[in-house]
Parts: sequence; C-alpha cells; structure tokens
Amino acid sequence: MTRLPILKLVLATIVLGVIQSVILLQFDWFGGAASTAAKPIDTLMDVTIVISSFVFALVCVALGYALIKWRAKPGDESDGLPIHGNTKLEIIWTIIPVVLVLGLAGYSWAVLNDIEKTDEDAIHINAYAQQFAWTFGYPESGNKWSEGEVHVPVDQQVIFDLQAQDVLHSFWVPEWRIKKDAVPGLATDVVVTPDKEGTYQLICVELCGIGHATMRAKVVVESREKYDAWVKSLDQEVPDDFLKTVDQFYDSQAKNEEKSGGIEGSGVEEE
Amino acid sequence: MAVAIRQPGWYRAAIGTIIGAAFGFGLVVALRAISGLDVFQTEQTGYPHVIVPLITAPFGFLIGFGAFDYWFRWAAGKPTIPEDHSGHGATKWQDYFKFNTDHKVIGTQYVVTTLFFFLIGGLLALLMRAELAQPGTQIVAANTFNGLFSTHAVVMIFLFIIPVFAGLANYVLPLMIGAPDMAFPRLNALSFWLLPIAGIIFLASFLAPGGSFDAGWTGYAPLSTGAPLGQSFFNVGVQFAGASSIATALNFLVTIITMRAPGMNLWRMPLLVWANLSTSLLVVGATPFIAGAQFMVFFDRILGMNFFNFLEGGDVISYQHIFWFYSHPAVYIMMLPGFGIISEIISTHARKPVFGYRLMALALIGIVVLSYSVWAHHMFVAGMFSWLRVPIMITTLLIAVPTGIKVFSWLGTLFYGKIHTYSTAMLFALAFIVTFTIGGISGVMLGMIPIDIHVSDTYFVVAHIHFVLFGGSVFTIFAGVYHWFPKMTGRMYDERLGRIHFWGTVVGTWMTFVPMHWVGMDGMPRRVADYASQYGDWNLVISVSAFVLGAVQLVFLYNMIVSWRFGPKAGNNPWRANSIEWQVTSPPPVFNFDEIPRVVGGPYEYGTPGARHAIMGGEEADVPEPKPTTVTAPS
Repeated sequence: MTRLPILKLVLATIVLGVIQSVILLQFDWFGGAASTAAKPIDTLMDVTIVISSFVFALVCVALGYALIKWRAKPGDESDGLPIHGNTKLEIIWTIIPVVLVLGLAGYSWAVLNDIEKTDEDAIHINAYAQQFAWTFGYPESGNKWSEGEVHVPVDQQVIFDLQAQDVLHSFWVPEWRIKKDAVPGLATDVVVTPDKEGTYQLICVELCGIGHATMRAKVVVESREKYDAWVKSLDQEVPDDFLKTVDQFYDSQAKNEEKSGGIEGSGVEEE
Repeated sequence: MAVAIRQPGWYRAAIGTIIGAAFGFGLVVALRAISGLDVFQTEQTGYPHVIVPLITAPFGFLIGFGAFDYWFRWAAGKPTIPEDHSGHGATKWQDYFKFNTDHKVIGTQYVVTTLFFFLIGGLLALLMRAELAQPGTQIVAANTFNGLFSTHAVVMIFLFIIPVFAGLANYVLPLMIGAPDMAFPRLNALSFWLLPIAGIIFLASFLAPGGSFDAGWTGYAPLSTGAPLGQSFFNVGVQFAGASSIATALNFLVTIITMRAPGMNLWRMPLLVWANLSTSLLVVGATPFIAGAQFMVFFDRILGMNFFNFLEGGDVISYQHIFWFYSHPAVYIMMLPGFGIISEIISTHARKPVFGYRLMALALIGIVVLSYSVWAHHMFVAGMFSWLRVPIMITTLLIAVPTGIKVFSWLGTLFYGKIHTYSTAMLFALAFIVTFTIGGISGVMLGMIPIDIHVSDTYFVVAHIHFVLFGGSVFTIFAGVYHWFPKMTGRMYDERLGRIHFWGTVVGTWMTFVPMHWVGMDGMPRRVADYASQYGDWNLVISVSAFVLGAVQLVFLYNMIVSWRFGPKAGNNPWRANSIEWQVTSPPPVFNFDEIPRVVGGPYEYGTPGARHAIMGGEEADVPEPKPTTVTAPS
C-alpha cells in the first residue's frame, strides 16, 4: 500500500478552495442592500460560501485524485485493496462536520438576534395583504391609508404588522433581506431599519392564486420630513373591514370557547 | 365472453369501475335527495357527485381486476383457490398488464410505469420553461401555469421518484437477501396497481372545471381549501399514492426482517437493503401525516369543516406543520434508496469493500431519526412560534453530518480501488457525488435562518431542490436502472448511447439548475408565470438548457427500449459483483432459487482471495456452515 501524498492533496484542496472562494466572492449574490439587516446577512453568506468552497474543493480533489490514480486499465480484472475502513478517519470526518455546522448554527443565531432586535422608538405600519394587492395603514398618523405604495423614513426602525385578509401572502423586499408570511387569523410582523433612500419593490412570495406574480407594491424610503409630508397628504383612512380580520379571529375563538363551555367547561382552573 | 367477465381481468375491471362509479354517484344523489339538499352541488369546492365516484370507482376497478379475490374468499370463510404460480414470471408483454404477484414482474411494472410518468412530468416542466423563456405571458395563462408546476411536482414526487425506488428494490431486494419473493406478494401487486390509479386521478384534474389543482404540490391552506374542483383530485389521488407507498414499505420491512437467507445477519446485509429498511421506517411513520393533512383539506372543502378556517377557530399554520411532518422525511424517502444504489455501484465498479460499512449503515439510521425533527425549517418565515426556529436550525444542520459521512465514505471506497468507468451506471454514481454535494451545501445555507429569510420562496429553493432531486435522486435512479438493466432484461444496453445520455444529462442539469441559484438570490420569486425583465437572459439560458436536458432523455428511452428487445445477451454477472442477485441467471429464474443460498460473509469482499458472500444452492460447499445468527421466515 503506497502512502498517500497527504501534503499535496491538502495543498491542492487549499488552492482550489481559495480560487473558488475568490471567484465566488466577486459577486453581489443578494443584489443591492438597503437595510441594516443586509450587512450581517451578507457577511454570513460570504463566510458560508468560503467554508462551502473548501468542502466542495475537498470532494473534487479526492474524487479527481482517485480517478487519476486508481482508474483500472481496460481488461484489468484484479481487485482493489481489501480495506474495510479506518476508525480514526471515520471519527475525524464525523467530528469535524459536527463542529463546523454547530459553529455555523451559533453564528446564524447571533445574526438572527441582531437583525430582529426591536427599538423602543420603532414606528408601526400595518400591511394588509389580499388577493392580489398590498395596502398600508399608518396607525400612528391617524390611521391614514395608502394603496399599492408605502413610504418609510430612512434610518428609522419600522415594524410592519402583517394582516392577511384571505389566503397566505408573504412580505419581501429583496434589498431589505427580510421576509415574513402574512397569515389569516394570526398577527405576524417583520422588523426592518432601512438605511438607504430610494424606491424598491415589495414582492409577494407565497403562492396566493392567479395574480400571485403581479402582487407587488412600491416601497419608497425617504427622509423623515418627506415621509411626514407624504403621510399628511393622504386623505383616506383605513376602511373598517380591513381592521376587522384579526379581531374577528379572537372573537371567533371566544365564541368557540363559549360554545364548548370555555376553560371552565373543560374542568381546568383558570388563574 | 361470460367466462371472461367472471374471471379477474380487464373485462371484469371495466365493469367493476362502472359499478363503482355508479355506486358512488347514486349514493351522493340519494343521500342528498333524502336530506332535502340540491342533488347536484356545483360550487367550486363541492361537486360531491364527481368526487365520491372518484373514490369508489378505483375500488371497483381493483375488485374487478382481481386484487381482492383471494382475501374476499378468505374473509368469507370459503375455500381459497390455492396459488398454482402459473401466473408467475412474464413471457410476453401482455403478462405485464395482469394482476401478477411475482416480485420481478411487479418490479418491472413499477419501473416502466414510473419512467412513463417521469416523461409526463418532464413534459409539464418543459411547458413551464417555454413560458418562462421570456418575461411576460406568451404560452399559458397564469392559472394554467400554476396548475403546471403543481402537477409537475406531484407527478415527479408521487409517481416517479418515490415509486421508482420501490420498483427497483422490489426487483432486486428479495434476490439480494436470498428470498423467493416478497413477504406479501398479493399486497405487493395491490401496491403497484394503486399507482396508475393515483396517476390517472392527478392527470384527470386537468379536465375538471377550473383546471387542475394549482395551489402548488404543498397545497397550503387556505388557498387549497377554497380552490376549484381540481384540488379535490389532488386530495384523493394522494390517498392512493400514499396507501401504495405505505403497503410497500410494510412489505419491505417484513421481508427484510424475516426473510433473509440463513447466515445473513444485519451486518452482512448489502447497503441497498439497509437503505430500504431505513426508507421503509420513514414511509410507515410519516406518510400517514400527508394523508391526514389532505383529508383535513378535503373535509374543509366538501363537508364545510373548519380545520383551517380561521373565522371559525381553525388554525392556518397547523396545516403546514402536519404537511411538512411528512414532506420533510419524504425528502429522505426520495434519497436514502439512492444512497443504497450508489454504495452498491461504487463498491462493485471500484472493486473494493465499501469504506466504513457499519458507519454507513448507522448514518442511514441517524438520518431516519434526525429527519423527524427538522420539518419546521420549511417554515422559518411562516409566522410560526419563533422559539422553534433555532432548535430546528440545529437539527437541520446536524443532518448534514451523516450525509457527509456517506459522501466521504464513497470517496474512501474509491481510494486504493480499481476504478472501472466503462459502465454508464458508474459514471452516474460518480457524477452524483459531485452534484449531490452542491445540493447538500445549498441545503446547509437554507438551514441557516438569516440566509433562509432572504432566499426562501425564491428560485434559490427551486435550484436547491432540483440539485437534490434531479442531480441527486434522479442520477441515482439512472445509475440503478443502468446497473440492474442486464439483470432485469438479460440483455446489455448500449454503453455508447449511455455515455451520450450521461454527458447530456450532467451538462443539462448544471446548465439548467445552476443559474436558478443566481436569479433566486438576486430576487426572483418562485411559482410565477411572469418575472422582472432583468432576469430574462438567465431564464432563456435555463429554458434552452432544460430543453436540451429533456431531449437527451429520449436517448435514454431509445437505449432502454431497443436494448431490451435487441441488446446482446448480458450473462449472469457482467459487473463481476458479489451480491446474491448476480449469482443467478439473467433474468433470474421464476422462483429465484432452487435452493436458498447460504450467506457466509460480508457483501463487499472484493480483494480478499477466497472470501465469499454467499454459497448458492447446488454448489460444492467447502466453506464451513455459517452460524445460525438470524431467524428465518416461518414456512
């Protein structure tokens, strides 16, 4: 049994991994960035790309080397060496991936906490999703209402409270890197701090029917003054039935509890 | 004629189908008339007079076809007609259109039927790619497009990938473990015949008013609970496909546990057997969940129950939990048998024992256990309880570890081997390692919550699933079909055409699915008939590549059909493999073995002079009797 040229193989893996990483890091994979969440997420992706490049390089080098070195000549009917395994090696390629993925999980967890942190002075905007349009309410500005277009102030944390009126929808602005489903009967929200002025597109990314592909809205990020002026210029208020969806849900739950005898009827003591 | 009608067969099946449909229709009409309701309810989610016959007609067909004859006699206390085995084997093509209980015939029926549905699913995909070649709407309207991707996925998953593995294993596995047949041959035949029924129901949904089901293969409520009639066809079809899968899995479990040849203890089982043992554990545990999820949607639609109607206290998100509790394990149901195939092929063609055999088997079991704990990673942005996300992320990333062990062990198997690459099967096995690694890496990325938040529901997900299911599962299916083709047909396929198919498929796969990652990360959502024009160029590349990929499959089809009829005789063991199925004739004798073989060693003893896996009946045995380490099936 000839010894493996371990050093050369490791070197080849490193070289190939570096080349792949360098090439792959040239691109802005996630497109333009316009929120404070973008940077930590993009960095996380870059780190993952580098690690992945080395894993992929390892597989390619091992496969390529085996094929060059041990390809059988035509007509060769002999067998390979009867090696059944190597416990040390098997332990190594179990432990290292465990450490690697736990590291990535920890890092992801930290990034997640970072991008979902809420400020006390965050403003709330209601996003109403229905087949196949987005509308918005501004509860802190007299429940003003805008259709198909939302404005937000720059460098200010905004919490979008999502309300689905009919089926599932999903709120995604690619430049903000954030996404959350709007679920009928469930209050969900999405936190974002836009940090770049401009006009973006809000895309529905949960299949919602025939018009799903066209369910878009315009998102304008602008200075605080322009935002205030814009909200003031709105002349409609949110229609009553839009406010109802979530209330209806709680109402119907209460009704069902009443019907079934509620928590008392179930014999459970309520505190 | 009268005899032909009384005999189980196609005439009686046709009559049974008509009686079944009439019974269902009459039941609905009568019950609604008695209850004082409109006899025909044609609101879009209703149509009970269509849906109930859709359930009863298949039973009429199966009864007429003879699937239940033996059991009915048994249940009624009548003398059963003893099996004279005259129906075993297939000598002419008509024999494949009978209710046949021979596992080899059933295996062939499965593989041919599922490859047929593979072509149908592929055509649906090409229609989609034609529409997506340019931004804007050219060929199909948005609702038709939604129907296309929904049926494409359903046909590929439920009628191709899951059952084709069952078919290959049906043929090979009893031979591999030295068994004369599967444990329950009649149940086995029933499992197969449920499949074309499911296929017809899925495809018939295109004829329903409002078009085929179009809420995606995931059928998320409440879009699905309010969708037109076609959705009910999905709800019902899944029950037949699911029942088929569960029955087959039970059959595999009992066969593997009780029918191994003497001497074949657990650590002497080929890894394909291990893989099907693990897969069957997943199918039996998880498939009832999708059956349940679809029944709940069905009841919401037909009976006005309110499982997912939030206005009446229903819970929308619970659908996703139940659905993914099956549908994530389903990903491994679609992958583990492929792992088994790759282990067999690489070991045989590298002339070396599988590296770390025991860890390979344990990794399969590890995947089974872990895969029940990762379902919610499909729901990171779904609005579920936020505390569940991090634990699910950790289990999701950990499942990469046993998968990685498998990849490294296959590579380890190649080292110090004698690698033969003349077989198309081996080429697909080697390409699988590379493409599957890409799919695994994008899977880890999707498992990381912050990245998933950005890319979920985009083309990145489409790219990932196709790298895993096409570059992964389908490559292993091709490898398996090429590998066992000589055994199943007794003839050799054309390696030159095989190579054309191989290179076309590899290049086509990469050209089609790699750019999908890019447009997805950049902001193109999935499941859309129209998209922003900035993605037009890449989508054109994807579409052209998809058509190349589709066209290359015709080479495969030609190769298989012509070689089956005219290929040169293959001989018993063209790959010089050790496992038992290669020690019998090609195709194997009708009853597999005159005398059950004795297993005396591991399945991959390449390179050890004189080492044997099994001693076939009738051979002079100068090898000592194996110790009885396993219980054989009661006779």
